[in-house]
Amino acid sequence: MEDTILRMKSINKMFPGVQALDEVSFEVRRGEVHAILGENGAGKSTLMKILSGAYRRDGGEIELNGQPVEIYNPGHAQSLGIAMIYQEFNLAPHLSVENNIFIGREPRTGLFALVDQRKIHEQSQKLINQLGIELDVTRRINTLNVCQQQITEIAKALSMKSHVMIMDEPTSALSESEVKTLFMVIRHLKKEGIGIIYISHNLGEVFEIADRITILRDGRKIDTRVVGEITPDQAVQKMVGRNIKDMYAKHEVPLGDVVLKVSGLNRGKMLENVSFELRSGEVLGIAGLLGSGRTELIRAVFGADRKDRGTVEVAAYRQEINRIQDAIRGGIGLVPEDRIEEGLFLGMPVRSNISAASIRDVSSHWFLNGKKERALAARYVERLEIKIAGLEQLVLNLSGGNQQKAVLAKWLARSPQILLLDDPTRGIDVGAKQAIYRLIGELAATGVGIVFVSSELPEILGISDRILVMAGGRIKGQLSKAEATQEKIMSLATISDFPCAGESQEHSGRKQIDEIQ
Amino acid sequence: MRSNSTSVIRSLGQRVFKARESMILVVFILFCVLLGIIAPKFLTVRNITNVVRQFSMITIVAVGMTFVIITGGIDLSVGGIVAFVGVSTAWLLVAEHFPIWLAILVGILLGVLVGFINGLLIVKIGLPPFIATLGMMQVSRGLVLALTKGYPIQPFPQNFLNIGQGALWFIPIPILIMLGVVVIAHIFLSKTTVGRYIYYVGSNPVAANLSGINVKRVLFTVYILAGLTSGVAAVILIARLSSAQSSMALGWELDAIAAVVIGGASLSGGEGSIFGTLIGAAMMGVIRNALILLHVSVYWQNVVIGLVIIAAVTIDRLRQQRQVG
Repeated sequence: MEDTILRMKSINKMFPGVQALDEVSFEVRRGEVHAILGENGAGKSTLMKILSGAYRRDGGEIELNGQPVEIYNPGHAQSLGIAMIYQEFNLAPHLSVENNIFIGREPRTGLFALVDQRKIHEQSQKLINQLGIELDVTRRINTLNVCQQQITEIAKALSMKSHVMIMDEPTSALSESEVKTLFMVIRHLKKEGIGIIYISHNLGEVFEIADRITILRDGRKIDTRVVGEITPDQAVQKMVGRNIKDMYAKHEVPLGDVVLKVSGLNRGKMLENVSFELRSGEVLGIAGLLGSGRTELIRAVFGADRKDRGTVEVAAYRQEINRIQDAIRGGIGLVPEDRIEEGLFLGMPVRSNISAASIRDVSSHWFLNGKKERALAARYVERLEIKIAGLEQLVLNLSGGNQQKAVLAKWLARSPQILLLDDPTRGIDVGAKQAIYRLIGELAATGVGIVFVSSELPEILGISDRILVMAGGRIKGQLSKAEATQEKIMSLATISDFPCAGESQEHSGRKQIDEIQ
Repeated sequence: MRSNSTSVIRSLGQRVFKARESMILVVFILFCVLLGIIAPKFLTVRNITNVVRQFSMITIVAVGMTFVIITGGIDLSVGGIVAFVGVSTAWLLVAEHFPIWLAILVGILLGVLVGFINGLLIVKIGLPPFIATLGMMQVSRGLVLALTKGYPIQPFPQNFLNIGQGALWFIPIPILIMLGVVVIAHIFLSKTTVGRYIYYVGSNPVAANLSGINVKRVLFTVYILAGLTSGVAAVILIARLSSAQSSMALGWELDAIAAVVIGGASLSGGEGSIFGTLIGAAMMGVIRNALILLHVSVYWQNVVIGLVIIAAVTIDRLRQQRQVG
């Protein structure tokens, strides 16, 4: 019997302007947990989307149990025995665990082919027991905690005779004890001979549960190792591709006066009593997991979301900041978390993307001055080394890195005193990342105060003068550059009262439009 | 490496291909030339003047619609506004004996008012534009019926009729007004700050908001402008018809939307231009004229117009896909 269940050979995938996957090979053995490590944008999720049928590959081969297969769509992947355990569950909240497990595939009985509820019940209970879990399968999904919901998903995948299960950040919303439960379930799955692809940013967990590790970087496979053969530090180095310290431009800027003062900020359950100060020339890192309130904090400071209590004050501006227009007038710029959804005008040229926040500056009275606008755009294209065919090129056709630079250029064009950067290097290539780090250094040197939010700890450690760690909408601690380490940040960020229910931190575009003042 | 000259030609070709208005213009001119050959009567001054006068009012309505569609919205109430303003103006003239200028002013302001209510429903209450303006379409049509009880309102003073029937240096006044509206609207949309904001909001309202643009104010503005242009068209229409009737401007909202879309605007927002809309409206006017000149049954006209709309948008889709891929 073939020991390798899944083999992906030399997979290629192109997106406009970027080679997302470049000859990536990857395999999963029976009963193995194979972790994939890589920074955001390294190609992990693209690879998994190809495997689960959401994307079509441009080149390469996929073999399942030794047979070459084509995966046409997610339903097809499922019928081939490849199951994706989503972070956001595909469960019907008002149905019971057992009915969710067999949803759409209910066993039938009798003359009228009625649903055989007894069989559903028996088989579901058996599946759950197989996972080594105590759970009443008649309970409705909306009465379960996140961990139990996840187990329902896994049981569902198991019932579909899946050979391969993909778990993408499965622990991101789980408490410590729930993670233990999940790992127990994973060990049961291994005994059943199921291959598990495990994606996580949490190296501690990866090294605990995985048998092998594959590291991706910039769409290429860097290495595959058995867990015992490699240390977490070596893994990080392979993920980042160089000695991390060299990436960040050194900047020893004497800190100036306080330019931004945030006091007692509250917004629902997302922000609780957040206060901090930012000095001129300072890079203030904000670390925290997704849903920790870091994005909410940035948005509230910028006046994009209404706040329940608290004040935001800027030295250069007499009034409190309550609306976006106040923030901009006070010299604040925001590079939002999701550049496509929130930062860019995709169908518009580079020129008007850069001038978007400075329209008044490039017009006299009511009329735009085309010459001024082009000059402004050209200046920042040059300053940020944005690679474009011309100012009229549509932003849609730029690479991620150049798109992000265009968003930055929009704010630099206003000569801001304060820049709020929400995960500015997410999903962009290493070259563009370095350019952004360098730019942050230069801006700080000219006295700009910078708030830098990131999910990548090495980056936040490298670039910040001071780090605030957030969890559950609160600031859990502050670390100076000298004392900060990945471990200290993680232990603060995952403090035990981190909500297990996994609050939603989605900003759908619709909702934001509703909230526009 | 490609040689320099071929790449210049390539980029030139791409640019022409990308400028969607020029594409439509080329198709339009070709169509006119072809028609002139098949039906020589088409290219007479008299016929062309007639055709332009006919589509001038739709063009004016479509100008307002262009603003709305660029923001990613839609205004189904414009036909209703035309009828409502037409009947109100006529009533002020005939029953209340208002001076002409005042009747026109109040009439147009009523159009602006309906646009304002649309804006209120969409921006303040947050109704989808489709629903809000669908409702206002019914409301304005209903008001028109209530006001007229189905009877036409007439007669109008001769000076008023000149707006629809007179000419200045042989150019019919409706055409002059249309040209004026088109020129002003073009400058507004392409050269002013507010015009640019309209594109930003249509391209990405979330990003526009985070760039400090007052999205709500922009949305308000476009619906008010749609009310304004509909009001202007209404005054010309009743002056041209010599009476105001409850069934006026039926289906104009769809003609206006069609003109904007044929003119290269995208219903998902962010794209469109006044020039394109003008060509789009002209295209529909010329096709209708062609069908008459070629003695095609009236019943078939809508079939052809419908197919033209589908063809125009299909071509645009294909062009966009090429641009992305």
